[in-house]
Amino acid sequence: MTEITSLSLFELIKNIKEKKISSNEAAKSFVDRSQKSKKLNTYVTENFENCLKLSKEFDNKPNFDLKLPGIPIAVKDLFCTNEVRTTAGSNILNNFVPSYESTVTQNIWNEGGILLGKLNCDEFAMGSSNETSFFGNVQNPIAKNLVPGGSSGGSSSALAANLTPVTIGTDTGGSIRQPASFTGTVGLKPTYGSCSRYGIVAFASSLDQAGPMSKDVKDSSILLEVISSFDKKDSTSIDFKRNNYSSELTRNIKGIKIGIPKEYRVDGMPGEIENLWKKGIEYAKDCGAEIIDISLPHTNYALPTYYIVAPAEASSNLARYDGVKYGLRSSGESLIDMYEKTRSEGFGEEVKRRIMIGTYVLSSGYYDAYYLKAQKVRQLIKKDFDDAYNKVDAILTPSTPSSAFKIGEKSNDPVSMYLNDIFTVPVNLAGLPGISIPAGRDKNNYPLGLQIIGKPFDEQTVLNIAYSMEEKINYKNNITDWWME
Amino acid sequence: MTIDLKTVKHISKLSRISLEEKKAEKLADDMNSIFEFIEKLNELKTENVEPLTSIAETTLRFRDDKITSDNIREKILKNSPEKNDDFFVVPKVVE
Repeated sequence: MTEITSLSLFELIKNIKEKKISSNEAAKSFVDRSQKSKKLNTYVTENFENCLKLSKEFDNKPNFDLKLPGIPIAVKDLFCTNEVRTTAGSNILNNFVPSYESTVTQNIWNEGGILLGKLNCDEFAMGSSNETSFFGNVQNPIAKNLVPGGSSGGSSSALAANLTPVTIGTDTGGSIRQPASFTGTVGLKPTYGSCSRYGIVAFASSLDQAGPMSKDVKDSSILLEVISSFDKKDSTSIDFKRNNYSSELTRNIKGIKIGIPKEYRVDGMPGEIENLWKKGIEYAKDCGAEIIDISLPHTNYALPTYYIVAPAEASSNLARYDGVKYGLRSSGESLIDMYEKTRSEGFGEEVKRRIMIGTYVLSSGYYDAYYLKAQKVRQLIKKDFDDAYNKVDAILTPSTPSSAFKIGEKSNDPVSMYLNDIFTVPVNLAGLPGISIPAGRDKNNYPLGLQIIGKPFDEQTVLNIAYSMEEKINYKNNITDWWME
Repeated sequence: MTIDLKTVKHISKLSRISLEEKKAEKLADDMNSIFEFIEKLNELKTENVEPLTSIAETTLRFRDDKITSDNIREKILKNSPEKNDDFFVVPKVVE
């Protein structure tokens, strides 16, 4: 029989429901593999003992009607977990133990999921390579010294290495889709307002969304069904009728119109990305989709807009870390001195940089020139998508302009790091659902992803297209376990 | 436009982040390259565009002004770096 840890979530649930595998056996397998995988540095906080205990409790009193019956799941360390340390990858929250649970994780536990541990991420989710984490770099299981993407880099690495059957990440500018693309896995960012932001450490509130990461498309549909919910505790949560994403999943996408935006052919895009995209278009046609050329004229302005909006919101959100009620405190002679020293020691370089940019663009005399301007351009970017969706049902693009890069390769040049998110950022600015699926390999044999972007609240179509294309692409990660002890 | 050292120091003051001289210079360089990249937005005419303030096209909901949590004083105080009985302690602010 296949090893438990390499089963898909769907298969694992099936085996548990058929009593072929117990929850405790599953928990033991994932804990054991995780313990032998410390070299990847995926976990910030382990919850192994508790997970084993809870899995036994599940087996003693199983409920197979639940959607995640006794399934161990590790989550990004940006979700507050009651009584379990939550760091957001930052020194300033090194000792923070929340007294409440995020809605998204609560939804998972309510359906029978069991917390395996908290996964490494870029500090406050600010990064595209997991290199800004206070808890160190994460290795990509695909190859040694390769970044796993970011900010949900611990999540993508743990998933690709079979340390967790599925996981959840958060995506502000690509933080689910880019790491999924870098690790040959599937990552879905839902429509803004689908998954509650309650209890997620805030980065940029108008952009942040939680979403599933999984080994295949079906697993993402199962997890999305669990985590997507209307929540009164999040003032921007939207009350719309959510599908039963997994039972409504179909490969029949005949006649669906898929747009190909010409502006995504960016200057200097490697030939292999261009080829991947062309192949993707052929796959989509094979699946029965109709391909239509479209234009998203303001694509080139998305990244500059994002690098005003996101830091502005971050500077405001991170003002709460003052060393008074929780988190790190450095000693100072006066209150202000204490604040300044706490924040200087508590935050890493990238976070400080973004707080400073945000503070600057919101400061007196510059607000209109930067923040207001960016909000106006954001409107134009959203309108581009609105116009496109008069003609098409979904949009197909590459997920990233390159495959995973080496650790250290881009960490000294913020702008080149930011360019990683060129294809994912517009989706956040417009609040749309987007998925990345593995679709091929580059010359080094590193995975490459394709992105499918949908209409607001139409995760089902996005999933269906991905599900259909996934079958045609037939991508399989070949992981060699090189890190195992 | 360039961001000089004086501006960086002013922003660091506004951000309540103390900054060493050496790091301030590096930060000024980084910020200049980021703002050079951001200046691209000036190519666009936006006089008649409404700013997008929220992507969720709904008005914010009101909630009832009711206490919904039980006695959580202990829980709240538990994470504080310095406390004294039921208070958070900070450096002296009044002479």
